[in-house]
Amino acid sequence: MSDGQGHGAHAHIAPPSMYYKVFAALIVGTVLTVAAAKVDMGPLNNVVMLLIACTKATLVILFFMHVRWGSRLTWIVAMSGFFWLALLFSVLGDYVSRGWVPETMR
Amino acid sequence: MRDAHSEHFPGPIHQPPLASNVDAIQPHDHEELPHHPKLQHHFDDMAQQVEASTLGMWVFLVTEIMFFGGLFTAYLVYRYINPEGFAEASHHLNVTWGAVNTIVLIVSSLTMALAVRSAQISAPPKTQVAWIGATMLLGATFLGVKAIEYYDKFTHHLVPGPNFHWEGKHPAPAEMFYSLYFCMTGLHAIHMVIGLGIMTVIGFMAWRRTFDADYYTPVEVAGLYWHFVDIVWIFLFPLLYLIGGHFTE
Amino acid sequence: METLNYLNNGHGLKSWLLTKDHKRIALLYLVSITVFFVIGGFFAMLVRLELLTPAGDLLTSETYNKMFTMHGVVMVFFFLIPSIPAVLGNFLIPIMVGAKDLAFPRINLLSWYIYVLGGVFTLVAALGGGVDTGWTFYTPYSTAAANGHVITAALGVFITGFSSILTGLNFIVTIHRMRAPGLTWFRLPLFVWSHYATSLIMILGTPVIAITVLLVAAERGLHLGIFDPALGGDPILFQHLFWFYSHPAVYIMILPAMGVVSEIVQAFTRKNIFGYSFVAFSSLAIAIIGFLVWGHHLFVSGQSVYSGMIFSFLSFCVAIPSAIKVFNWTATIFKGSVCLDSPMLYAFGFIGLFTIGGLTGLFLAAMGLDIHVHDTYFVVAHFHYIMVGGAIMGYLGGLHYWWPKISGRRYSEPWAKFSALLVFTGFNLTFFPQFIAGYLGMPRRYHAYPPEFQVLNVASTLGASILTVGYVIPLIYFAYSLFAGEKSVNDPWGARGLEWEIPSPPPTENFTVSPVVTEGTHQYVHPNQEVGLA
Repeated sequence: MSDGQGHGAHAHIAPPSMYYKVFAALIVGTVLTVAAAKVDMGPLNNVVMLLIACTKATLVILFFMHVRWGSRLTWIVAMSGFFWLALLFSVLGDYVSRGWVPETMR
Repeated sequence: MRDAHSEHFPGPIHQPPLASNVDAIQPHDHEELPHHPKLQHHFDDMAQQVEASTLGMWVFLVTEIMFFGGLFTAYLVYRYINPEGFAEASHHLNVTWGAVNTIVLIVSSLTMALAVRSAQISAPPKTQVAWIGATMLLGATFLGVKAIEYYDKFTHHLVPGPNFHWEGKHPAPAEMFYSLYFCMTGLHAIHMVIGLGIMTVIGFMAWRRTFDADYYTPVEVAGLYWHFVDIVWIFLFPLLYLIGGHFTE
Repeated sequence: METLNYLNNGHGLKSWLLTKDHKRIALLYLVSITVFFVIGGFFAMLVRLELLTPAGDLLTSETYNKMFTMHGVVMVFFFLIPSIPAVLGNFLIPIMVGAKDLAFPRINLLSWYIYVLGGVFTLVAALGGGVDTGWTFYTPYSTAAANGHVITAALGVFITGFSSILTGLNFIVTIHRMRAPGLTWFRLPLFVWSHYATSLIMILGTPVIAITVLLVAAERGLHLGIFDPALGGDPILFQHLFWFYSHPAVYIMILPAMGVVSEIVQAFTRKNIFGYSFVAFSSLAIAIIGFLVWGHHLFVSGQSVYSGMIFSFLSFCVAIPSAIKVFNWTATIFKGSVCLDSPMLYAFGFIGLFTIGGLTGLFLAAMGLDIHVHDTYFVVAHFHYIMVGGAIMGYLGGLHYWWPKISGRRYSEPWAKFSALLVFTGFNLTFFPQFIAGYLGMPRRYHAYPPEFQVLNVASTLGASILTVGYVIPLIYFAYSLFAGEKSVNDPWGARGLEWEIPSPPPTENFTVSPVVTEGTHQYVHPNQEVGLA
């Protein structure tokens, strides 16, 4: 039996137009990020920047990296990576909570 | 314990393959069963090989997320402690170069995705090589811009160490910022260089007519790596270049 | 005419050094980790010799610091972390899932070469003069003082980390994608479950220590001062990043041993494990919760009190899945047909000593108590109970259990029983006095101590000598068995499992016909146990 990889669940081939649309969205996101950086929104600047960056990353993962049509396991693996990254970021919690018990501050 | 089979054991736990179950089993001494020339023999079939290869690359990318994650954590902590110092230090970074590099990498992700697609549709080798080559050219452009930026830092005494010199209000946080800048963009650039190496191999294989709709796993897996490197930059750019909302020309 | 098996299929150095056979790679690892075990043991011997007397009269303090540092670095990174996964895991996992090899055989070989390269870097650091930072490389001492060998040693650890990562990657993909037809997750041996959980930790944790030691090297070598106090660098950040991996790393060391114990306990009581799914899930729980507790190494470092409280609570939680395993092993043994052959002696030793080690971990998890015993010998005793009384006993038990399968030979059972007893006796004599010394206040990492601790230290060194003999004897009878041991049948122990269905030693391709599994791989039928619980 010819069992090339084209025969199977991951044979989804997207049309070029899909890739160009995602590309356009990524460019728009970049332009927005730079523009938003010029406007002083206080702490909201960080939120906007990160939201745009996360959206761009999600688009790349879902469409360029084909997770949209991949197996559930692929999705779980990708998500667990970011989840564990967030866990690592919880180190920041130590620094944020350092001053909360005044008697322990020298 | 010396007797191998006592009365406690009802029999062997597996059976020889059932005749109707031929698809599930590949008898290993049968070499005449037709299979793809690229099938590695510890796999049962190409589908299993493809699934294993893509899962393997994804698991590797998770390790890369955690690898860069340590640097992002250090960045988070020190920026939290020194918000003004970091903002002041970030001002010297050239947002235009950073934005150009961001766009360069996004285009390269597009060309990479289209390179994978060209293999998926069995496009002629020269088409595949063209897309791969475009990706590599853009990657090299990225590195060229980074070289220009690094040279600028060198001439302005912004390389941490004995020659670091900062005129502003927060010299210590500035040197910390630039330590992180060089660590993060440096590690990213090393990954780009490795990516170019991988793409050279892939481009060569494509030129040799290796890839078509029946077999394109290496391109797909290389693509996953390339997109990951792009995603890291998608986060590096705003975090390093766009703090504080000001920028120099 | 000898039948073809993986050992005689191909001769010569090249056929071993360029092999893609997971079984041969396992043996490559066996040889190299044994070498590192001896090296690490040598450093331990010097430590214990110095501690025979209260005065620091054998070694200077700096040399002594180098001894315990190299002991820790070698034992943790080059012995304990690879041991069971790289030797027994590599050998058995493809067979236990009914496959011909791991998913990526060439990457498997690469991981061994990476391991050796990292080892060479570390040995160069040792021979060049050694590192005295402790295996924990705390900043700013490691970055701003110490000596230049820190860079070499840090790079050695960095490189070897990739060996761990690639092994974990290989196991995860193999277990997900290469199970034989009919082999569902809940029919897998518990050895596979524990290695799957271990591999999750290897993947998610190792990269963090990789970047951390790389940053230490970068700070020394390239002035990129991420931890430099002059730039506002925080030594506690280093500790956070270091322990984010190094705590889960101890679960990398213990989980595979727990998998070994689960297998041995079933074989040597002729009973299915009590509560299979609880034991399987507890491996995952240990791996996951184990990532949430790293701050218990930072209780007195200056981290926030709230962080400390949360980490203390979570550290108590992580004991629960471990306890579940101990209860289930006990329930399995209860009314089983217990056979006290050498593998089972090691398994019993594991269960008892791991329990003591684990319980003393709870003492340390209580913040108030930890303030008293932090950086004392209490901590040293605690982790040696787990790593030596637990992990190494599991490793030895597994080596003994699967030795006939791996080598095709039987070792001398009387000598094996004798050395198991020596190991148990020597171990307890070495490390139990250290609990007492630590509780009474003897600090760790000091080459001199107040005279009132001498009796405890002498007992400890005596125990270490006995322990050493207990470790050397197996080397001898295992080597002897290769030449003169009785040849083994497929299933010398009368155990159940795919690995016992194939010849000892196995053929290169493991299975001549790919198995189709129709029931759980452990179907011991014991009159004291209801059937159908698997």
